[in-house]
Amino acid sequence: MKKSFKNNQLVLSLVAVLASFLVAILVMMLTGLNPLHFFVALIRTFSGYDVLRGNFNPRYIGEFLQTSLPLILTGLSIGFAFRTGMFNIGAEGQVIMGSLGAVCVGILFDLPIFIHLPLAVLTAALFGALWAAIPGILKAKFGVHEVVVTIMLNYTALYLSAYVLKLLPGSDNQKTVDIASTALLRSDFLRSITSNSRLHWGFIVVILSILVFRFIIDKTTFGYELRAVGFNPSASEYAGIKVNSRIVYAMIISGAFAGLAGAMLSLGTFDYGRVMFHFENYGFDGISVALLGGNTGLGILLSGLLFGILKSSQTMMQSLGIPLEIVNIVSGLIILFVAMQYGIQALLSRFSKGKEREDGSV
Amino acid sequence: MKKLLTLSLVILLIFSLTACQTNTPAPAPAPTEETPAEETPADETPAEEPAPAGEKISVGLVTDTGGIDDKSFNQGTWEGVVRYAEEKGLVLNEDYSFLQSISDADYIPNLSQFADQEVDLIVAAGFLFEKAIQEIATNYPDQKILFIDAVVDAPNVMNAVFAEHEGSFLVGVAAALKAQEAGKNMVGFVGGADFELIQRFEAGFEQGVKMVDPDMEIVIQYASGFDKAEEGQSLATKMFDDGCYVIYHAAGGTGNGVIKEAKDRATEGQDVWVIGVDKDQYEEGFYGDGSKSVILTSMLKAVDEAAYVAAKSVEDGTFQGGIHMFDLKANGVRIPEENPNLTDEWVQKINEFAEKIKNGEIEVDPVPSRVKGN
Repeated sequence: MKKSFKNNQLVLSLVAVLASFLVAILVMMLTGLNPLHFFVALIRTFSGYDVLRGNFNPRYIGEFLQTSLPLILTGLSIGFAFRTGMFNIGAEGQVIMGSLGAVCVGILFDLPIFIHLPLAVLTAALFGALWAAIPGILKAKFGVHEVVVTIMLNYTALYLSAYVLKLLPGSDNQKTVDIASTALLRSDFLRSITSNSRLHWGFIVVILSILVFRFIIDKTTFGYELRAVGFNPSASEYAGIKVNSRIVYAMIISGAFAGLAGAMLSLGTFDYGRVMFHFENYGFDGISVALLGGNTGLGILLSGLLFGILKSSQTMMQSLGIPLEIVNIVSGLIILFVAMQYGIQALLSRFSKGKEREDGSV
Repeated sequence: MKKLLTLSLVILLIFSLTACQTNTPAPAPAPTEETPAEETPADETPAEEPAPAGEKISVGLVTDTGGIDDKSFNQGTWEGVVRYAEEKGLVLNEDYSFLQSISDADYIPNLSQFADQEVDLIVAAGFLFEKAIQEIATNYPDQKILFIDAVVDAPNVMNAVFAEHEGSFLVGVAAALKAQEAGKNMVGFVGGADFELIQRFEAGFEQGVKMVDPDMEIVIQYASGFDKAEEGQSLATKMFDDGCYVIYHAAGGTGNGVIKEAKDRATEGQDVWVIGVDKDQYEEGFYGDGSKSVILTSMLKAVDEAAYVAAKSVEDGTFQGGIHMFDLKANGVRIPEENPNLTDEWVQKINEFAEKIKNGEIEVDPVPSRVKGN
């Protein structure tokens, strides 16, 4: 039963992706664009290979991996909360807070690299976790719905971080000073093998995070309790699980993943803190990643990579004359089709049932 | 019930399909326009050959998150690229093209894309690009780059900076002449933030006003940013109340608040004026039935000129890194061609001053007296 469910999830996600590509092809044909170029751009983005001209540039691979890293982490964040029955819309704000924590440690401290870098990364996780603890506690103590609180905290995080970043020594209205090189995930080695892409050591953090995610959810009593609360809070409470404290813990862990995504951005992609006044949607993209990935560690890794390809394909798309909006259409359609999974599931099961019946009758 | 649903879905599907079909004739010309774009990858090879003098060159522009139609630097710079390209008969998306950045994480990939395509000149405008340009200039040391309105010190980067104080001097003259005509004795300046670049606007304006009328009082105000329209409006309210007749703003979006306040007052019959900045803001000052504008004149920063000149220098083989000053002489700053709110006599006077600045008879100091006094 369990196995068939897992396979089913994979099939559903693949169906969703394929269906959205088909619709995108239709849209491109109707608007007079060449759908081949869409796929040429996608292939170039994830393999670095230019089908049309036959040359190869590893920079594209590095860039796409680099773009995927925060998406996988926010996917883990939202997936973890989903498994516990919580809808963490606040990953966006937790990313921003994590990023803020990493920048503060990176700028204000002067330490050797083997202390400074881990400290900056862990501070990011801590800031994200604390920010997510607020809606967790409010939900556990007062029953305030986490969606409302997390959405509002996104704005609070945005402006709070802008305020604090401007206070740091040497900041101007747009950015802080450069983060000390001892706190950066930047890797000259990874850059040199990917012809100066911005790929950085953050991928190790992502791999560890996926392992931690799987370990907590699948291998610990704690994770079992979290899942039980997600399936049925009343039954869990009846079975003796402390539902309220589990909700808080689940939000804290979820926030820590999102905070790490912030560290990827400020210590990896950029090497300075950015004073922002609008969202960058890493947190919201994480919802798509988690949904498509079926809230499992491996699924989120794969769907995070897919969304990373789509996101970083914008350069190639534009230079091949495919408008930016096509990629947005594809991402949107994927989620639409995943959301329609019950319908697809019903179709699939009807199909397989019909088959079984045929088999039975024969 | 189910049948009804199916039926309505089918109808919807058919309807949407026919809707698409009726639309097809409309975008039909699009494919033909799109054809050069589709051939781009195959035809990119000519771009990789070094461009000898007088030959076709290729230009790539990267926008910041504002997009290509931001009515500001991106659009202005692109207009310069287009002007050059049309003169030389370059083909869009083949010889010259742009990449828009969705977020600031896209700056480096977009710039690298052009560098990998080996376009002859990459253009980017605005100090937001500073870090990214630094990175690209190091990664691609042979890539010629034009960086507008900010400075990155690299041998392959041409930095276009503007003599804002010279242009501001001219609009200062205009402000003083207008105030004299109305018998007023006070004009004002609103800056977006009090730092060196914006102080150049203040300094030029101050000297221009004093050149016409040494006794004219000048009120200086600074806002706390370039995106604070409400703050701009409240500053303008106070300044107009205090008796300012003309306000010159160098404050971007904050200046929109200044313009709004002036429009509100003009609608009520008050006689107040604003001087625009960076581009001709005449149309933004329309009030009432839209036939009159509160914009007296504007101080133009010709970012298009910088793009044009840089492209030309690549073609001639005279491209050089370092700082290139676009002043009055280089046509980098000026007032608009048409100034419906200035008399011909005043325009003539302003042009006389412009000539004097060009031939060095008048030297405009980029530091305001307020700062020098300290």
